Amino acid sequence: MSDIAIKVENLGKQYRIGAQQERYKTLRDSLVGTVTAPLRRLRNPQSAIRNKDTIWALKDVSCEVKQGEVVGIIGRNGAGKSTLLKVLAHITEPTEGRVRLRGRVGSLLEVGTGFSQELTGRENIYLNGAILGMKKAEIERKFDEIVAFAEIEKFLDTPVKHYSSGMYVRLAFAVAAHLEPEILLVDEVLAVGDAAFQKKCLGKMGDVAKEGRTVLFVSHNIPAINRLCNRALLFGSGQIRKSGSTLSVTNEYLNAILNFGAEKTWDLEVAPGNDVVRLTHIRIHSLEGITSNSIDIRSAIGVEITFEVLKSGFILVPNLHFFNAQGIYMFVSVDTDSEWAGKPRPTGVYKCTAFVPGNLLAEGNIQVGVAITTFEPWHIHLYERDVVAFQVTDTMQSDSARGSFQGHLPGVIRPKLNWKTEYLRRT
Amino acid sequence: MQTTLAETVYEPSRGWISLRLRELWDYRELLYFLAWRDVKIRYKQAALGVTWAVIQPLLTMVIFSVIFGQLAKLPSDGIPYPVFSYAALLPWQLFAGALQRAGTSLVGNSNLITKVYFPRLVIPISAVAAGLVDFGISFVVLLGLMAFYGITPTWAILTLPLFVLLAALTALAVGLWLSALNVQYRDVQHMIPFLVQAWMYASPVAYSAGLIPGGPWRIIYGLNPLAGVIQGFRWALLGGNPPDELMAVSVLIVLVLLVSGLFYFRRMEKTFADVV
Repeated sequence: MSDIAIKVENLGKQYRIGAQQERYKTLRDSLVGTVTAPLRRLRNPQSAIRNKDTIWALKDVSCEVKQGEVVGIIGRNGAGKSTLLKVLAHITEPTEGRVRLRGRVGSLLEVGTGFSQELTGRENIYLNGAILGMKKAEIERKFDEIVAFAEIEKFLDTPVKHYSSGMYVRLAFAVAAHLEPEILLVDEVLAVGDAAFQKKCLGKMGDVAKEGRTVLFVSHNIPAINRLCNRALLFGSGQIRKSGSTLSVTNEYLNAILNFGAEKTWDLEVAPGNDVVRLTHIRIHSLEGITSNSIDIRSAIGVEITFEVLKSGFILVPNLHFFNAQGIYMFVSVDTDSEWAGKPRPTGVYKCTAFVPGNLLAEGNIQVGVAITTFEPWHIHLYERDVVAFQVTDTMQSDSARGSFQGHLPGVIRPKLNWKTEYLRRT
Repeated sequence: MQTTLAETVYEPSRGWISLRLRELWDYRELLYFLAWRDVKIRYKQAALGVTWAVIQPLLTMVIFSVIFGQLAKLPSDGIPYPVFSYAALLPWQLFAGALQRAGTSLVGNSNLITKVYFPRLVIPISAVAAGLVDFGISFVVLLGLMAFYGITPTWAILTLPLFVLLAALTALAVGLWLSALNVQYRDVQHMIPFLVQAWMYASPVAYSAGLIPGGPWRIIYGLNPLAGVIQGFRWALLGGNPPDELMAVSVLIVLVLLVSGLFYFRRMEKTFADVV
């Protein structure tokens, strides 16, 4: 397994449930339990094996990660992602199976593990570095770099309890980011900090990956996973549900959690609408017409709707509503096709398509709503929010609006503008 | 590059586990930093700072001198009572402080245990090591006291580090047991203060070990390792009765406690992150 960095074989991890309530067992409980256990067993033989009191946080998990691969791990809360990292980080022991690791492992399961409120920034760099597994000489060598990354030069000798939360997180991440293990395990640490900080962290993680280190990255930030990882694993109920290229896995996950996909069809009787018009079908498709919920940021996205007009004589205007994952109302698009503009429609089935141009939307998950409206007199025949969704992905080919920039780009749209530079004079 | 990477395997452990002392040695810098953190934090924002390391044994010595020395007139082997009791209070406080900190150390560092790997033995050991700093500071005061009473140490003072080590190892041995138990049973942390209090009366801190009659009683008394430690400590600094069979029993019992404690700790270690 010369090029395999991580090999997981039939890994299982069992926890006791109810551990939350009774996690501080008292000595008395234990003593009483020991005395009464045989009695209970006599009375109720089934309770001797208390399988229902345990839960498998991981079960039969097997996977391999090659050296230099950046693998994203996604899944709902409680799917076993963090447990896997804890086993790989040697924090907890597996109940069954085995893990083989090649190289030094650094884990970043939390930002600022072991930070001490009373100690100064300088002192915490040493302490935290040592806790994360750095040698003193190594910390000393990287000290200036860490301070510069964290941007806390002026507060180096102030106790961190006086830091703003932003400074605190920056410092903590800076120390962790300068750990140089062959295998880096990262758990959802980017959820903290402001946008600028997140951008910096993502950039730093991108660097780590480029240096040929192996990275396992747990996150709910799907665009970040798409951008950083070569491959992804989808976890569900302690098992690997899907493994494959990042986009295919993140799409499956988004479809599962959002509970709607790129296409939706209704029977006429139950279709949204009224006695004038009903919506029977909607789908998202690529320029070539292939239904897809994952669209390259550079290419146009088609939204196709099919509706049936049941009563003639109405001027009907279909319109589409676009929301991003944060729920921001990005824009509305109203049907401007001159063929039916201002004309009452006869009964029948209509299909219309609107194209969102490529290089317009920012990366992320976009949810689409559809309405059919009559303007004069104002009447909304139907309005369905969030009927379909798609994922816009920047594939980092450097011909999108981000150019060669690899970090986090904020903003709800990302149009590619024409830039022109004139060399005016030499100075 | 690829061939130099060490392979590690994690799988369920069964039966007796190795102590992995080599790995512990690799983490000696972390041990140092954790001990250093404990010392730093203990005296931060205290107006008197490290002076507290001296005030505590000094005040206790004054109280003991008044009650046991002046009122009860306990024999002190011909040594001025203040020096006699202070010389015992130093190893005693080293032991008591280290035991208290080590006993609760795992639970106190649960944030580390659940988030990052290192040999867990580092935690109780660093808690004990942090106590050595206090000891060093209050020891200087003892030298001052000895000079004040005109006591010149003999060559026996060279054996002193051995007794300091024995006190620290006793605290570690018991601390290993208590800290691991405390992860499972929080009763332990309520028990520790009482244990320490009772233990002090069972140790020759305020009185002389010479009060214990010879023969089997001394052997039984030696089951308390602190009896040996304090006896040896007084002898090394102040002269008087040299260590006897009591000492041998003390050393033996510490070794038994320490080895069993290490193995118990290592056995329980795998569940710490899940239970703490």
